[in-house]
Amino acid sequence: MSKRRPYVRPMGGWWKKNPFFVEYMVHEGTALFVAAYAVTLLVGLVRLGQGEAAWNGWLEAMKSPLSIVFHLVLLVAIAYHAITWFKLFPLTMPPMVVNGKRLEPNVVVGGGWTAAVVVALGLLAVVWRIAQ
Amino acid sequence: MSESQKIIEIEVLRYNPESDKEPHREVYKVPFSDDMSVLQGAQYIKDNFDGSLTFRWSCRMAICGSCGMMINGIPKLSCETFLRDYYPNRISIEAMAHFPIEKDLVVDLSGFIEKLESIQPYIIPREARTLEQGEYIQSPAQFNEYIQFTSCINCTLCYAACPQFGLNPDFIGPAAMALLHRYNMDSRDGGAEQRMQLVTSEEGVFNCSAVGYCSEVCPKHVDPGNAVNINKINAAKDYFLRFLSPKGGSK
Ligand code: SF4
Ligand code: FES
Repeated sequence: MSKRRPYVRPMGGWWKKNPFFVEYMVHEGTALFVAAYAVTLLVGLVRLGQGEAAWNGWLEAMKSPLSIVFHLVLLVAIAYHAITWFKLFPLTMPPMVVNGKRLEPNVVVGGGWTAAVVVALGLLAVVWRIAQ
Repeated sequence: MSESQKIIEIEVLRYNPESDKEPHREVYKVPFSDDMSVLQGAQYIKDNFDGSLTFRWSCRMAICGSCGMMINGIPKLSCETFLRDYYPNRISIEAMAHFPIEKDLVVDLSGFIEKLESIQPYIIPREARTLEQGEYIQSPAQFNEYIQFTSCINCTLCYAACPQFGLNPDFIGPAAMALLHRYNMDSRDGGAEQRMQLVTSEEGVFNCSAVGYCSEVCPKHVDPGNAVNINKINAAKDYFLRFLSPKGGSK
């Protein structure tokens, strides 16, 4: 009879065992704040569709102290999410080769940031022109 | 033993399948010199305190891949990790995480071996060739496509670093996926379509949630996490190209 009795260790609380996993969990968790902000904007859109009074009510609600604190929390959480999201670029993207040489991970991350900033500024410019 | 002999405490997770219900910790006081690795620490314990301490090793130069263990909770090759870097603190060693413990520091790797087999780790020629056609010609650029993924020494540290593998032991996992990618990227190989079934299967790449710790701990800079994530893109392409071509999208 076999004397083998392989022992399987439990996985409970695995993410607390390593700072790397904690960062991963916080990264995943902050995605909820991105969703919360999307819902906030969506509610604004719905209120806009319901007429001027509804829209103005939403604008007022956005100016309340509670809402401002809420937005500051969102800003911090979403900034963390963005930073850790871009950090994952070299892991998740196919290697980029320029002139036969593979781009360094920090160049890839920097490229991602640059593209994001350019797109954001472009979008802002378009909205600005429409608003004029 | 001289007066100045330094002594480090090594805490070992012990498990004897014949007598223990579950693993327990034991602490040994090991005299060491600055050139001693954690592996040598374990060898000292085996030679001087308890001959039944069980662990794997062979090359003691970071090339055979058999001496992996959790050192203070981090998957490392014990032959290239030095006791001096932990002294004067206690150091804890444990069998590689996420694998069943066979005995003490030895884990059951049979699941990993089956996965290695399942990815068809050999060149499946694109077309039949005759001897007269001569050797394959490969450009440096084609060579660079896959060379990084050939450096794997099957130490399975990346599995010990992957919580998704811990939660689902059927997940093909980082190293096997890196090797799969190595063959898919080889210009001589034409087996990507056959291997795609595995990539997209229940056991495949979508078990990965991009934790990325596998690539962090890999002692050979294989970046297995990148191989997994590139194949998520390949799997998605394959899925959509299926609608366009009855033969499927695998290139
Ligand atoms: S990919 Fe790296 S960590 Fe994983 S088995 Fe191969 S050498 Fe070890
Ligand atoms: S003993 Fe061979 S890799 Fe450590």
